[in-house]
Formats: sequence, C-alpha cells, structure tokens
Amino acid sequence: MNREPKAVSANLPPLRVLIVDDEAPARLRMRDLLADCGGELPVEVSGEAADGRAALELLAAEPCDVVLLDVRMPEMDGIEVAQHLLNLEKPPAVIFATAYDAYALKAFEVHAVDYLLKPIRLARLKEALARVRSAAPPKAEALRELQRAPRTHLSAQERGKVHLIPVAEIVYLKAELKYVTVRTAAREHLVEESLTRLEQEYGERFVRVHRNCLVARAAIRGFERAATEGGEAHWLVLLAGVEEKLPVSRRQQHIVRDYSRR
Amino acid sequence: MARSINQNAYSSALPNFRNLGILLRILLIVNVLALAAAVLQSTDARTLRRELLEISALVQPLLILSLVALAALNDVLKRLPYALGVAVVLLLELALTAALSVAGRPLLEAEPAPLARYWLLVGLTTAALLFYFHLRGRALSPALSEARLQALQARIRPHFLFNSINAVLSLIRQDPKRAESALEDLADLFRVLMADNRNLSPLAREVELCRQYLELEQLRLGERLQVEWHIDKMPRDALVPPLVLQPLLENAVYHGIEPRIEPGVVSINIYSARDRVHAVLRNPYRQDGDHHAGNKMALANIRERLQLHFDAEATLATRATEDTYQVHIVMPYVKARES
Repeated sequence: MNREPKAVSANLPPLRVLIVDDEAPARLRMRDLLADCGGELPVEVSGEAADGRAALELLAAEPCDVVLLDVRMPEMDGIEVAQHLLNLEKPPAVIFATAYDAYALKAFEVHAVDYLLKPIRLARLKEALARVRSAAPPKAEALRELQRAPRTHLSAQERGKVHLIPVAEIVYLKAELKYVTVRTAAREHLVEESLTRLEQEYGERFVRVHRNCLVARAAIRGFERAATEGGEAHWLVLLAGVEEKLPVSRRQQHIVRDYSRR
Repeated sequence: MARSINQNAYSSALPNFRNLGILLRILLIVNVLALAAAVLQSTDARTLRRELLEISALVQPLLILSLVALAALNDVLKRLPYALGVAVVLLLELALTAALSVAGRPLLEAEPAPLARYWLLVGLTTAALLFYFHLRGRALSPALSEARLQALQARIRPHFLFNSINAVLSLIRQDPKRAESALEDLADLFRVLMADNRNLSPLAREVELCRQYLELEQLRLGERLQVEWHIDKMPRDALVPPLVLQPLLENAVYHGIEPRIEPGVVSINIYSARDRVHAVLRNPYRQDGDHHAGNKMALANIRERLQLHFDAEATLATRATEDTYQVHIVMPYVKARES
C-alpha cells in the first residue's frame, strides 16, 4: 500500500465529500473514483444526494468539506444549489461537474470556479480535491452571474438549517432593513437578499406596489380604496392566501389601472 | 436498391406521378395556364367565361387522361434513364393528344385547329412542367438537404453522448456484461447517425434503433424513465426516413423526463390506418420552458425530410396540453419490396 504517506495528508483528517447528481450511475462512478484517490489523498464520502433539496437536508445533519455538484439537475440546477449552500453555517467548497455545456464552461473559466468534465478523469479529480483544502467556498456574486434562469427557490437560514421556499408559493416580498420578508400562504421567512435584485430576477412574476414591496402578479385579487389617518385616500392591494392588505404607493398607482384593464 | 425512393441524384429523376402533391401541382399549373390563355383571348367577363369553357373542353380530358396514364406508368418510367423517361412522357402526351383529337372531333361544335398546333402547345406545356419538376427536384435534392441534415446530425446532443459514456464507465467494474451491451447499443446508434441517410429504411429498423436509444437513456435515468410501447399493429415493412422517430424521443427525454424528479412516461404508438402510417409520441410536459430551441430545430429538420420523401402526403403535428406534449406523424404506407 502507501508505505510513505506524504506528511501533509498524514496529519489531516480525511476530506469529507458529498456527491450530488441526479443520475445513479454518475454517483456510482464518482464513488469509484473517490475510492481510487484514497492512497494519496484521504477522502471519505459523507453521503450521496439525487437533487438539491436532498443535499441540503443531508448537510444539515452532517456537514462536509466539499460538494461535488452536477450542474444539470431536475427542479434546481447545480448553480442554484451552490447559492443555497452559502446559507449553511459553514459553507462547503464546491466542485461542479458537467457533461457538456459550452456556456457554463466559459462562465466557470471567467469566474475561476472549479469544475470537472464528465466523464471525469481520476487525475483531474485529484487535482481539484487537492486544491479544495485551501479554497474558499464560491463567491455569491460569481454564482449569481452563472445563474441563467431565475432560481426556483429562495433560501432562508433557520436555526442552523437551510430552509427552501419555492418561488411559486411566494405571495409577497417586503424589504426590512437588512433582510427581505418572504410571505407565503403558510408563513413568513427572512432571507438575505436585496429587493432590487429580486425584482430584476423575477420581473415577470412579481410587480412592485411600493418602494419596499413586491407582490406576485398571480396572487393579486383586487384593489380597495382606503383613507389614511391623515385623511388622504390611497389604494390597498388584496392578495390571495393572506389576510393582509398592502398599500400601493402613489407612484405605483398605475398598476391599479393596468389591473382593471386586463 | 428497391427500398429507396430518392436514391438518385436530382438530375436523373422524374417526379413520382403517384404522389398527391405532384398530381395537384400538375392540375394547378395546367389550369392556371388555361386561365391565362382564356384571359388573353377575351375582351370582357362574358367572353372570358366562354373562352374558358371552350379551352377547358379541350384541356381537361387530356389532363385527366394524362394523369391516369402517368400514374399507371409510374413504375416503368421510374426505371428508365432520365432522358429516355422524358422522351417517353413527351411521346405519351403527343399520342394522347392525337387520340383525343380524333375521338373528340365529332363532339366539338366548331372545326378544331390542326393537330400540329395542339401538338406544339401540349409539347411546350409538358416540357415546361418537366423542367419545373426538374428544378424543384434540384432545390429539394437529397444532396442539398443532406448537407443541412449533416449539420444537424452533428448536433445530436453531446450531453447525451458524454453522459452515456459516463454511465457505461460506472458499469464496467460492477456489471461488465451490461456495460458491453450498452456500448454495443451506442455503437449501433452512432452508426446510423453517421450513415448516409438519404434512403428510406424499414420502420422495424427505426423502432429497433429507438429501443436501443431508450435502453441507454434508461441506464442513466433508471426508473425515472418509463417507456410504453404500443406497436402491435405497426406495419413493420413500411419504409420511413431513417431517424424520423429517434430525435423526437431524444426531445421527449430531454424536455419531458430529465427536468423532473418524479418518474414520467414516454409513450410510442405506431399503427397503420387506411394506407397511412401513424406515429404518435407523448411525453410529460410542464409549461415553463424557454429551452425549446433545440426541440424546434429537430422538428423543422424532420418536417423537411418528410416533405422531401413524401411531399404533401406526410404531416407532422404537435400539440401541447397542460401536462403532455404530443407529436403526431402521418406518412404514406410505402411497402418495402422484396428484391
């Protein structure tokens, strides 16, 4: 076996790796390759997940050092999963894996994000893993630029766990100081996002009713005239799924007209 | 060579006179010419009607007889060299004209023009039509569209190739037998993808290819991909353009199955009805796609090839409902001849 282990690896605990890929054979292949790394580079597979949600659940229970993340996956692609991973207490390093995606490869190069091409070569995997020890998790900014379609979920950090909120369930988004309150029919969450950026990302789905508030177009049930204490009249928007009525600012009053014209 | 329709280069083929599209074109062009002649000879609407009637009385019987004769002789004409075929068609038309002019003389009120004049008119019209079909054949020539086809063929999703190879690699240690058969499927698939695909091939072979393709996808996707075959009533000997179904299945898997976590069904239904071959493919579908460029390209390519082989007799229709996407192809039932 390895009679003269390198000093570096001998002193370090094995690297804990999580494999995320929607195809079972691809996960199996990755496991085999990681086992082959064993001699020079102690690696331990901490788990396997077939999609982003499962990966986040596994990581809540058992943290790892690096996530090997397939880019093209159902429901939530790898780029989006990597962004949600940043909400973990100790975000792991990420190495993307992709079979073929000219656009993504170019973007990975530009942002110096580490990636592997499938079929994966053992040598390349070893290189990437060796670099990981010193590497920081990917930057949120870089991942945002890699993201092509709007994310399907927002994520909130709650008691050390990452909670996923399907964007389709969001009724409104309201900016408060450092956070944005995300309201679904069921409950409220706090997410670390900027309202302006959310408006850019989901321009189709949400409409701004107030300087600090975006509501889901599909959730609008109507508008109501109300008088403020000062005696000035303004509009309130009525939303499906929540009791609250949200004020429409003077500047955004045109959406009331647009709505009635539909 | 019996199993090909457009195997010849463009310059050496008469049109298929049994094809509905070709027959319709001949009917339309000759009638437009008759109308033009009537307009030239008339001064107002009333005389136009009379002229048109007179011309029709001469033209329509010849036209109908010609179409029947050409359709009947189609197989014989097909076998002749092009130049000889053209000569036979011209002679046939002149002979029919002569026969009609003799047989029709007693039926006409006025004394008809001399036969030589009809011969000239009929000869010119026939030559013009043949020239038109020659140009059209060249425009739709397999050589040209094959160039387009090859550009498209090279674009079989690399995603599929690399992911399949990756899946096979994972099998080599655990299940070498399965890895072997997967590689054999992959080789067969690429053999067809890279072949000269101008010739029609039996439907049974296309279905076999689809099976091999789906086996490979099943290797990767496991039970997420469920396949339902309804091919008991499939006409196995029908000739179809190669790769008419496989790219559609590739789309079905890429857009219908891969974006889902839960399993989905791809169904293939092939049957014949009233001398037509129907193929209906269905896959699950979610209306959120902005990623359908690849789908449209494959559909346009298949439409073009169907038109090249079958002209107006083949159709391809797509339908998207809330949760399924369906492609329905109808082709004429061309039987493979025993050679």
